[in-house]
Amino acid sequence: MTRFRRVAVTGFLPAVLALLVAVVLLGIVLRILGADPLTSLVALFDFGETPRAQANQMRSWVNGSVPLFLSGLAVSIGFRMGLFNIGVEGQYRIAGLVAAWFAATVALPAFLAIPVTIVVGMATGALYALIPAVLKVSRGVNEVITTIMLNSIVGGLIAYLLRGPFRDPALGDSASGRTAGVREEAWFPGFDNPFGWLGMDTPSRPLGGFLIVAVLVGVIVAVGLSRTRFGFNLRASGSNPEAAATSGVGASRMIVQAMLISGAIAGLVGLPQVLGDDHGYGAESFALGFGFSGIAVALLGRNHPLGIGLAAILFAFLNRSGPSLQNVNVPPSVVLIAQGVIVLSVVIVNEVLRRRLLRMEDRKAAADHPAPPQQGAPSGTAPAGASA
Amino acid sequence: MSARTAPSAPAATHAAALRSRRNRLLLLVGVGFVALSVTRVVSGEGVLTASGTINAMVWLTLPVALAGLGGLVCERAGVVNIGLEGMMMLGVWGAGFAGWRWGPVAALIAALIGGALGGLLHALATVTFGVDHIVSGVAINLLAAGAVRFLSEITFLPATGGGPTQSPPLSGSIPTFDIPVLASGPDLLGKVESTGLPVVGDLAGILRGLLVGITPFELLGVAMFPLTAYLLWRTALGLRLRSAGENPWAAESLGVDVVRMKYLAVVWGGALAGLGGLFLVMFTGSYREGMTNGRGYIGLAAMIFGNWRPGGLAAGASLFGYADAVRLRSQNSLAVLALFIFAAIIVIVLGILWLRRGRRLPGAIFIGIGVAFLLGYIGLDSLPNEVTTLTPYIVTLVVLTVSSQNLRMPKADGLVYRKGEGH
Repeated sequence: MTRFRRVAVTGFLPAVLALLVAVVLLGIVLRILGADPLTSLVALFDFGETPRAQANQMRSWVNGSVPLFLSGLAVSIGFRMGLFNIGVEGQYRIAGLVAAWFAATVALPAFLAIPVTIVVGMATGALYALIPAVLKVSRGVNEVITTIMLNSIVGGLIAYLLRGPFRDPALGDSASGRTAGVREEAWFPGFDNPFGWLGMDTPSRPLGGFLIVAVLVGVIVAVGLSRTRFGFNLRASGSNPEAAATSGVGASRMIVQAMLISGAIAGLVGLPQVLGDDHGYGAESFALGFGFSGIAVALLGRNHPLGIGLAAILFAFLNRSGPSLQNVNVPPSVVLIAQGVIVLSVVIVNEVLRRRLLRMEDRKAAADHPAPPQQGAPSGTAPAGASA
Repeated sequence: MSARTAPSAPAATHAAALRSRRNRLLLLVGVGFVALSVTRVVSGEGVLTASGTINAMVWLTLPVALAGLGGLVCERAGVVNIGLEGMMMLGVWGAGFAGWRWGPVAALIAALIGGALGGLLHALATVTFGVDHIVSGVAINLLAAGAVRFLSEITFLPATGGGPTQSPPLSGSIPTFDIPVLASGPDLLGKVESTGLPVVGDLAGILRGLLVGITPFELLGVAMFPLTAYLLWRTALGLRLRSAGENPWAAESLGVDVVRMKYLAVVWGGALAGLGGLFLVMFTGSYREGMTNGRGYIGLAAMIFGNWRPGGLAAGASLFGYADAVRLRSQNSLAVLALFIFAAIIVIVLGILWLRRGRRLPGAIFIGIGVAFLLGYIGLDSLPNEVTTLTPYIVTLVVLTVSSQNLRMPKADGLVYRKGEGH
């Protein structure tokens, strides 16, 4: 019974409760701003009229959740040991560009093209994440500030690379920056008829196959965190740095390793688009902002791969509803507010429930092992608290 | 005899330490100024010390400095505030909206209110609910970004000259004045500046930039620094507020309402960040989405650089404001490239100081970096435009890396405080 309650309190209950709180808050906000909350809610579930439109909506939902999941996973690796890698945004952008350029210029045998390009992307993300790690370890510079500065620097760096060295030579001078097209052997394959077994129509374009990579990475991270020595050290450094350091886990080394892994996963975020959809990196077409939403996704998913997956699916669901909201005259940016409200409610509800649980356990412990009377333990209230 | 002198000895050394610190500061400012003058003469880039650049520097320093000051107030009360960026966004939006509708004074009030609302949310999450400070700050930044886009869509989109990411221009005009004789009329400083003499001409340019086109808003923004320093270090309220950041449990036992102090600090800090946003809007003439552009974070960096003190923070922020102003005012990248000489002189001087103290390794590294800067200046013809726009961020990174790490943050900074759960 108590075990069940503990799972409920630490597991799905906070997320569900927070979502409810967020929905109510959002309704109030929308009402104040003059929009109709119920119309907005209904519009969220509008997948279009024709079977083809519905299949397309499903496709953009699933496709949209993949980068969010990877980004949330990257952020969570840092969070797990108390590191704030706000730099996923910059890491995935530069990694996407370098991977696109690599896949466009380097000729590789067909069976190597995709894996090597993925490794290049991961290595770029990891290297870019290494800068804040080294600055933190060697000079004690706060990683929040360095990663944010590096995010800003990436914008200029990419603009420069797309004007100069990485630019498609066939482009005119006035065209917006773009790499050359990715070689065909590095195109990531997709699923042509993914929703057939649901009885749905086939979407206009195939569903991105990078979903498989994302799931694979999720499983590896989940197992790595819970079943390996490295994962244990990582979690130990996060929950009690002093104890971890005393037991021989080097803090500096853990910081560098965690940032490298986080950056490597961040390096994957842009690849579905670069290798699967656009077959290149365009300054205007490459989607931005996944790094920042990844922070929200990681918080909502409570830094657990499964939770991050669910959070990514929820966020992607909200993201794809922008046009349908516009149809009922609700500004699409409601989605951004919704995501912000959800995250804030989640962290607050988590904290409140965690405290309740701690108090419950204290009372239970007091009831199980009554303290000597002179210490004045409130044993009389304990059974009531435990059964509440 | 010795009994009488013994107690005063620490006080004497303290005074001496203060004096030596003041001397060192004066020396640093002097060296910086001479280095700047040398750089201007050697490179021939008049823009480096032109009054126009310095005037722009004030506008560009204030947002960073006020955000940093907001962060300082929060952290002195023990609340880390990564959400400054979001609070600044709310302030910027408020200033853009109220400035467009009702003019500059309304913009000022709305900027303060916008920032304070963000602060209130942060206080609610961190102080009342005990959420991790950085998590709450990040969430507020996300929320603020969504909120300003949403608000722009429902207010600016239908208006002429507005859009989902920008406001129509501000209405009304911002009153400005020049200091007579020195900067207008006979314009003595302007005459000296136009001679282009080394040191004297540069000094005149810098002074004139500070005395020309002054607005009451700038004065208000600058006044926040002495005011905040006075409130924090010279009043009972300030002592209570700082005690909440150093040892809230001890403060609590002495009857300080720590929760109220933290609320006060975070709301106040948010309002300061919002005020910083006002200057961005006034400088540009309208609200643009993303115009904060990381300045809330740069403000935090300036605060760390300044060791959680208003003076150091203002110096750090001026550095970023100056780099930003040079970048904006110069026609090409040559002026930014000329800053390499400036950086080289400063780093080499620091290196020599290290060597004289007998620290060979850091001294050699600093001098090496300085030589690299000089070689960079000689070797490069120009910098790519994209790189010059990154100047403030690169300066932030370099300054944080190079500057002294001998810092002291408030002792209970970032810790979650619960009333009555002291240890």
